[in-house]
Amino acid sequence: MRAAKAYLRSPAALMGTAILFAVLVMGLGANFLYPADPLGLAGRPLQWPGADPRFPLGTDPSGRDIAAQLFHGARISLLIGVVATSIAVVIGIAIGALAGFYGGIVDTLLMRVTEAFQTLPNFLLLLVLVAVFGSTMETVTVAIGLVSWPPVARLTRAEFLTLRTRDFVQACRVQGLGDAHLILREVLPNALPPVIVYASVVMAVAILLESALAFLQLSDPNVPSWGNLIGLGRSVLRTEWYVSAIPGVAILLTILGVSLVGQGLNDALNPRLASGR
Amino acid sequence: MRVLRLALRRLAASLPTLLLILAGMFLLLQLAPGDTVDALMAQMGGGDPALAEELRRFYGLDVGIAAQLGRYILRLLTLDLGFSAIYGKPVATVILERLPPTILLMISALSFAFFFGLVLGVVAARRVNRWPDTLISTLGLVFYATPSFWFGLMAIVLFSVYLQWLPAGGFGDITQSLTGIAAVLDIAKHLVLPTLTLGLIFLAIYLRIMRASMLEVLSLDFVRTARAKGLNETRIVVRHVLRNAMLPMVTLIGLQAGTMLGGSVVVESVFALPGLGRLAYESVVQRDLNTLLGIVFVSALLVISINFVVDILYARLDPRISSDT
Repeated sequence: MRAAKAYLRSPAALMGTAILFAVLVMGLGANFLYPADPLGLAGRPLQWPGADPRFPLGTDPSGRDIAAQLFHGARISLLIGVVATSIAVVIGIAIGALAGFYGGIVDTLLMRVTEAFQTLPNFLLLLVLVAVFGSTMETVTVAIGLVSWPPVARLTRAEFLTLRTRDFVQACRVQGLGDAHLILREVLPNALPPVIVYASVVMAVAILLESALAFLQLSDPNVPSWGNLIGLGRSVLRTEWYVSAIPGVAILLTILGVSLVGQGLNDALNPRLASGR
Repeated sequence: MRVLRLALRRLAASLPTLLLILAGMFLLLQLAPGDTVDALMAQMGGGDPALAEELRRFYGLDVGIAAQLGRYILRLLTLDLGFSAIYGKPVATVILERLPPTILLMISALSFAFFFGLVLGVVAARRVNRWPDTLISTLGLVFYATPSFWFGLMAIVLFSVYLQWLPAGGFGDITQSLTGIAAVLDIAKHLVLPTLTLGLIFLAIYLRIMRASMLEVLSLDFVRTARAKGLNETRIVVRHVLRNAMLPMVTLIGLQAGTMLGGSVVVESVFALPGLGRLAYESVVQRDLNTLLGIVFVSALLVISINFVVDILYARLDPRISSDT
């Protein structure tokens, strides 16, 4: 309750929530406002925004409605962001929890793997994964999740390392409770707040990774993605720059919303750290 | 000397990591549909099975996966990265040709982000919660949220198309053969926009970390002592606070090295820079898996060596590290 109140008092958090809510409404309302296929031909290509009242944001080089793609793209970005983040957080928590709780050889081995993933540029690994497994929306989402977990694992491990020797954990151990109970019911709930805050960073990065991949035309070409539209606009950048400009603003605002929500959560869940600023 | 030994020990510890990456990547690429020979045969427009057999033997693909992996790692020890069927050259040669623009881009983007991140972070911390701080922090948030490729495109529209101040892409003017200072200036002109584009997100991260770190160090006892001695504020910041507050920034360089290399893939294709990142993109599109594997290896080496330099820097900045052990 205290955390919720602190969250609602922060203007940054409220602004972030409002932006994310707007993007969510865009995504959910896409099918009602633009029931036609957003990737289908809608009108004359390359009409400037406002030139034709039917297309408030203009049309792209293939004569598709930019506004429709923007609304449907909101759904894709949020979906990929949320699913990829969940995958990354689950893997990261599992590896970090095991490494931090057991220590010793388990810790060494798991941390070596984590280090290997961190040494490799994550976008490069993403390219390799897409090159090997193809670029349907499902594989892209899973691949983004697979390259994003190492920081979560490190954070979870650090939390587990400090928590596992605390008295309440020792007390449970003395009572004869199993490791699974200790990890899932005792330590994990206490380790979660910073991980939840960090999940906002993971989500921002996931959305950026997807849009960068789509911009390079290496993501699924059959879904209306913001990055895809920016990439298509490149060929007409010199004259019709609005094709690339509009979806970029959408990505910027979404990431801004995610970051602001993350900052609000951080201030609300870690009040001791927040008092310094 | 002690510093160097410490850093060398860290370097040795990263060898198993490197081996793990190589083995993992090699096995991963085995899952890719088709091998180099299939790609070659497709390019030649088909061929008889005997020729395919011959080629497989030539590229060492006729033995089991474990044997192939062993051979591959043995070859890497002699820095032999294999042969690129697409470019018709050894992979090492292809990569070496593409390395200079990427390294130049990374150094300039890092310097830009580090310097301005430091300055803005210090200014924000000195005026905490007043308008300069609010302005800088807001800018940091916006920069962090800006997709680099989009910023690059918009910069091209503004600076190359409308204002015509800077070139829109490439790594030098190919219409004239420049030498000496003129050539250096030409390359520098071509690197301005890519540097800003790649550096922007790191600028945002550095300024945020620098601000927080400055605020923390400014509240420590030794700063109070310095103030009590009657030192003026500028001297306190420059001589006492800065060096301590910079430590998290230096750590971050090592942590972000991989991210920056990944970012250069996108930035290099926006600005048509003939670098390592663009090569990675091209080899994905052309399914040149040998080259892709080589790039992964070189990138890992690059990240490890950056971390080596960062370790030395860190120990120089913080004498406690080398004296403790």
